[in-house]
Amino acid sequence: MTLNGINPTVKIENPLGTAKKLHKMITKMNCQHCNKSRATVHITDTVPERKERHLCEDCAEKEGVIIKPNQHTTNEILQQFIKQKIGLGLTENVVCPQCGLSFQEFQVKGQLGCPHDYEVFKAQLMPLIERAHEGGTKHVGKKPGGGTPPQNLHTGLLKLRRELQDAIQQENYELAARVRDQIRNLEQQ
Amino acid sequence: MIEKLVKTTGEWLKGEGPSSDVVVSSRIRLARNLAEQPFLLTASAGDRAEIYRSLAGETSNDVVIPDAMVVDIDEADEIDRNLLVERHLISRQHAAGEGPRGVTISPDETQAIMINEEDHLRIQSLRSGLQLELLWHEVNEIDEALANRVPFAFDEQLGYLTACPTNVGTGIRVSVMLHLPALRLTKEIERVARAARDLRLAVRGSYGEGTEAVGDLYQISNQTTLGKSEESIIETFSRTIIPKIVEYERAARETLMKQHSSQLDDKIWRSYGLLTNARMISSGETQSLLSPIRMGIHLDRFHAFDIRTLNEIFLYTQPAHLQKRLGKKLDDDERAAARADYLRERLASKPK
Repeated sequence: MTLNGINPTVKIENPLGTAKKLHKMITKMNCQHCNKSRATVHITDTVPERKERHLCEDCAEKEGVIIKPNQHTTNEILQQFIKQKIGLGLTENVVCPQCGLSFQEFQVKGQLGCPHDYEVFKAQLMPLIERAHEGGTKHVGKKPGGGTPPQNLHTGLLKLRRELQDAIQQENYELAARVRDQIRNLEQQ
Repeated sequence: MIEKLVKTTGEWLKGEGPSSDVVVSSRIRLARNLAEQPFLLTASAGDRAEIYRSLAGETSNDVVIPDAMVVDIDEADEIDRNLLVERHLISRQHAAGEGPRGVTISPDETQAIMINEEDHLRIQSLRSGLQLELLWHEVNEIDEALANRVPFAFDEQLGYLTACPTNVGTGIRVSVMLHLPALRLTKEIERVARAARDLRLAVRGSYGEGTEAVGDLYQISNQTTLGKSEESIIETFSRTIIPKIVEYERAARETLMKQHSSQLDDKIWRSYGLLTNARMISSGETQSLLSPIRMGIHLDRFHAFDIRTLNEIFLYTQPAHLQKRLGKKLDDDERAAARADYLRERLASKPK
């Protein structure tokens, strides 16, 4: 680079560059205690005098400087967390007896498994619903053709065909025959 | 079946209707599910097939949609599926989905019922311009006709039960497609989007969820479906929100005409120059170039072709329509060349 046509000859060392070098030096250092493992714990004592120590994890634990995290304590912490949440009814994994979907599966997929889920997961769903609908919790608007929902030919068949499948799978041929006759009757209508 | 569609253009391409200088089209859709049937997430292959078979029959019954056409999406090839997306008759998710599913379409394409998308039924009515009251009337009639034939999943407290709790209640989605080039040019568009989001409305690109606003087309839709009636949601749109945005866009167009008329005309005519001379052009670029021309037609500054022709070009330059017209699958470069050929041919015979 030139400044007004003059090549600057003095190179100023970037202070950040030296800090980086220093860090590199430290991280490559072996443990001052055992001199075997890489020093990963760097301590600056201020009492009785300012002194730097560079130790490996094992030696640091022996000296009582750190507590090494292990499987046992992590699990304990996690379990305690889950217990707290269950106390709040937040992660209790309810399963819908109708469609077999669990609330956790709903949380992953973002979709429900059947109309019954609204009843089964009511406690967990209502806060979500309220948030999604600006505080709305009660339906306002049209209703399907007042009174009892129509029993439709096709959906009636739909249900029967599934019952037939189930009966065949369970080798309940007596029931299967009865359902088959019902289907025939409906189809003739 | 699809061949019939290719020869026609949907009603919304007429480019007519109230406020059509800014409102390209409006749409209302209702989400419905069958009572006592699993939603699609847990439905077995057999369940899905049965639901599809049953609902394909019910939705195409003459009392629901007269002279309807049913398209089996699972059987349709990729180009046909994308063609339906480009015509706003099915969603991208429905095109990319799996298993037995389909769509029932009215002859004029203003009504379409998706079967086995996220919900068992998605009933939609789509028209050009701002015509929400008419759309509600139409979609409500279809809903009533279907409710007389199949039992819907409904709960006294929560209303219509949907696969995703964000649609529960009325299951209604009101969407209005707006053309806002002047608000973008005057850099006011972000303010509009922010204001809309503050009102809990979704602002998206022209092909719905996860799509970008290409050609200055923005889709605004409601997100709240529980605790507000269908009529009140529609009224907020047609009496307050949309007229305000329309007024704002018109004012921005006025400003452009008064203060930057030369730049405005230059932009319009350069776009026309590119469209009629390019040898290769992408569908994104085509849509971006059509945007100032669309505005120019409405501002009475561009007369080389009319709004109907523009809408036709808009549709027929999209990938699936282009490939369907030529009857073969093309790669990106081939499409770009074919699109440029189509544009020159389509626009050459028109008076300049």
